[in-house]
Amino acid sequence: MTATNGSPLLAIRGVKTYYGNIIALKGVDVDVHPGEIVTLIGANGAGKSTLMMTVFGSPQAREGRITYQGQDITRMPPHEIARLRIAQSPEGRRIFPRMTVLENLQMGASLDGLKYFDEDAEKMFVLFPRLKERLNQRGGTLSGGEQQMLAIARALMARPKLLMLDEPSLGLAPLIVKQIFDAIRELNRTQGLTVFLVEQNAYHALKLAHRAYVMVNGVITMTGSGRELLENPEVRAAYLEGGRH
Amino acid sequence: MAESSKAAAAGPDFGKAAKDALLSGIIAFALFGPLVGLRTAQNMNNELVVLNELGKALLITAIVVAGRFLLSAFVFPAIASRGKKSKAILTPEEVAAASARTRNVSRGALLFLLVYPFLMVLIFGVQGSIKWVDNFGIQILIYVMLGWGLNIVIGLAGLLDLGYVAFYAVGAYSYALLAINFDLSFWILLPLSGILAAFWGMILGFPVLRLRGDYLAIVTLAFGEIIRLVLINWKDFSGGSAGISSIPKVTLFGIKFDASPEGFAKMFDLPMSSAYYKIFLYYLILALALLTAYVTLRLRRLPIGRAWEALREDEVACRSLGINTTNTKLTAFAIGAMFAGFAGSFFAARQGFVSPESFVFMESAVIVAIVVLGGMGSMVGVAIAAVVMIGGTELLRELSFLKVVFGNDFNPDQFRMLIFGLAMVATMIVRPRGFVSARQPTAVLFERKAISGDLVKEGHG
Amino acid sequence: MSTQNRWENDPILEVQHLTMRFGGLVAVNDLTFRAGRGDVTALIGPNGAGKTTVFNCITGFYKPTTGMLQLKHRAGGEWLLERMPDFKIAQKARVARTFQNIRLFSGMTVLENLLVAQHNPLMIASGMTFLGVLGIGGYRAKEKEAIERAKYWLDKTRLMERADDPAGDLPYGAQRRLEIARAMCTEPELLCLDEPAAGLNPRESAELNQLLLGIRETEGTSLLLIEHDMSVVMEISDHVVVLEYGTKISDGTPAEVKSDPKVIAAYLGVDDEEVETVEHQLDVLTGEAN
Repeated sequence: MTATNGSPLLAIRGVKTYYGNIIALKGVDVDVHPGEIVTLIGANGAGKSTLMMTVFGSPQAREGRITYQGQDITRMPPHEIARLRIAQSPEGRRIFPRMTVLENLQMGASLDGLKYFDEDAEKMFVLFPRLKERLNQRGGTLSGGEQQMLAIARALMARPKLLMLDEPSLGLAPLIVKQIFDAIRELNRTQGLTVFLVEQNAYHALKLAHRAYVMVNGVITMTGSGRELLENPEVRAAYLEGGRH
Repeated sequence: MAESSKAAAAGPDFGKAAKDALLSGIIAFALFGPLVGLRTAQNMNNELVVLNELGKALLITAIVVAGRFLLSAFVFPAIASRGKKSKAILTPEEVAAASARTRNVSRGALLFLLVYPFLMVLIFGVQGSIKWVDNFGIQILIYVMLGWGLNIVIGLAGLLDLGYVAFYAVGAYSYALLAINFDLSFWILLPLSGILAAFWGMILGFPVLRLRGDYLAIVTLAFGEIIRLVLINWKDFSGGSAGISSIPKVTLFGIKFDASPEGFAKMFDLPMSSAYYKIFLYYLILALALLTAYVTLRLRRLPIGRAWEALREDEVACRSLGINTTNTKLTAFAIGAMFAGFAGSFFAARQGFVSPESFVFMESAVIVAIVVLGGMGSMVGVAIAAVVMIGGTELLRELSFLKVVFGNDFNPDQFRMLIFGLAMVATMIVRPRGFVSARQPTAVLFERKAISGDLVKEGHG
Repeated sequence: MSTQNRWENDPILEVQHLTMRFGGLVAVNDLTFRAGRGDVTALIGPNGAGKTTVFNCITGFYKPTTGMLQLKHRAGGEWLLERMPDFKIAQKARVARTFQNIRLFSGMTVLENLLVAQHNPLMIASGMTFLGVLGIGGYRAKEKEAIERAKYWLDKTRLMERADDPAGDLPYGAQRRLEIARAMCTEPELLCLDEPAAGLNPRESAELNQLLLGIRETEGTSLLLIEHDMSVVMEISDHVVVLEYGTKISDGTPAEVKSDPKVIAAYLGVDDEEVETVEHQLDVLTGEAN
């Protein structure tokens, strides 16, 4: 189901973002409709993570507009954006290293004052049994992959309407990558969770996504359904098989 | 919430500004109402009465409300949009032009420093120049040198040292004690003081360099205080808080600057004045400061200097590349301390008197502030910061003309530190990474590009 | 078959009964394996299996609770790594490493990063700084040599045109390559790579494979790598060691390990779709290897 009609949940229009003098996004348009899984693929340095961070208001877009549920969030500070139930698992994990796994999850759930904490935490432990084993360990002592699981779980604890994941598969064992993608699909199907996904692992991401965008050097060059792009020869050459002779 | 942010981008948002202003007003009245509005005094019968001065409090509150309103409505949006524009305009060519400008400015500054004493003599006469050469020239250059020395420790190696003044004290006392007790010349004791200070730097370094960040800062702060307290209490050694006086002056190839027949003035048939000694001292400290700069510039291009900067960027990566980080930190500490030692012996010779009073924590704080304000790691920035901070505080002494404005009760000295503090806060808001935040690379393959301060790390101690 | 393996006959690294405890947590439990000289040895396993802990023990960032880590150089010379501080392991035993979360000197240029890597020889050339400050001695010539070596690796990692840019400005993939170039500038006997392909797309990981194979070919450096990207592991490694919960569950050639039921259950996954995915990845590989 590709719910491309109706007004989008997240609309990115002509967004330009700079780092100092360097332009990173050169006018990007992306729509994410309610209940959709949208993925953004592209090479390293194309600006995928920058777009994700720009939606979250750090850095702010210098030009263009970002609206969420019709509300302009372009100049909103990140903590106010989080209150609109947009959750993010950022690049580089960014867990709280001196807090335990449990405390990290509590931080993620703090929007609801831990009302649903036990229930939600139990779901996370089904998804990532590893986190339950490490419950009272400090975040910084987890292995890289475990930190990645924690970052995703923390984002989910916020009961988001829109979940933004920046390379969730980074540093994870193949089995876990599959579990995470299954879980995303499941949450989308049962709870209508909207997901905006940035991935290097284009094969998995395109299989999962309803719609996908391809970004090259800060510009969207292609868009279509996940299947379409998966079968597109250009995409295959550049992001799926590419480079081997 | 969204409306307000939208409006801020479009133009002044008076509603939001009014809200801010009201809030500030309430806080201001809550504070100043009791503090200023009610005053206790003694009446004719020696009774304590409360005088109602609410008018004053209301006046202050009104000023706060108006000020906050103007800030919220006009100043903050202006700053925000200006920040965006100025960043967007800068091109690589402009950056290159800016760095070329910096180079020309530093050349010009050097030339100015070389002729500065003669300029002062020309303008103010021999006797009148003393104040400008001594209070401004020498005083500022001492701090430039101290700033450059500490810049090695904080700016390059990223180790936050809050007890730097201890090594300055070691240098000063080394010269004072050795010159008085063993009658050795300044020119022998200058390097010796540096070596002794470096030695103390190592002694301090060994136990504390395994500490990081805040912990390192606290322990170095404590070390600075320990040295001062030892100097106060070990009276047999250091003369206690009375200090050491009549420390021998510096001589120029054995020529003394005094009224004796072999003295400098007589020898050159000049009228007797202390100005010549001051000018001589000026060139001495200028030479010492330039030596510090030269050595630092050399060190940055040597492996040790690169290792310092790498240490500031990432210590774990350093160790994975076979760099002995303990030794690297120790050398940074020792070399930084050595320059403080040089400066200390100069200080003792210039004053002719040293006491623990000169080496309080405030001195360390000022030197750290110079380094931070200047932009960590930048020689030019540190020099500018020293001029602004030391020169600025000296200039603020010259504010007696303000009495015309504020009446005779006004004492500018009382406001010196206040103005100074405000100026520092303002500087850090406008230039959060110091006057010169860009880093110059130490090796170039094709084209020299300055590195934006945003990428350069500050170190973790 | 197994007696002809290089890791049995001529190991560069022998890990014997390595155990690492953090408080009550046993991260690595009585691990024994060998890495062959000139081999690409891959260390794989589920997240939290203790792979990075093994790396940290080898490179001296952790002191093992018990166990022996023996490194033998080509030219003779043996080092007991568990007894050496981290920087000595890099300097004397010539073990270089990269990090899972890239650790570059981001405020220094690419060239400077590569010069810092040559700290020890340059330090000696500068007369432990004393002669260098005075401008005496052959430092200048040695620095030129160091820059030449840096250029050699810049060329190999395709970073030449970025030489004067700050490392923090490079895109992710380039930062990964720079970290490898920096490690290689220390002229290591053993290069340990912690997830070098993480965050790379298939094109970039294929490129990485070529770079790593080239390093082994021309420099004779032995490689030890942790990796989750099976396309990298299966294509370039000669020997795979699989960890789970700090213990070794499989050890052998990639083909042997891939079909080991224990590995499939613990790591690669058992259900149909997963097999399909792995097969897809392998198809891509075998298809193009021909």
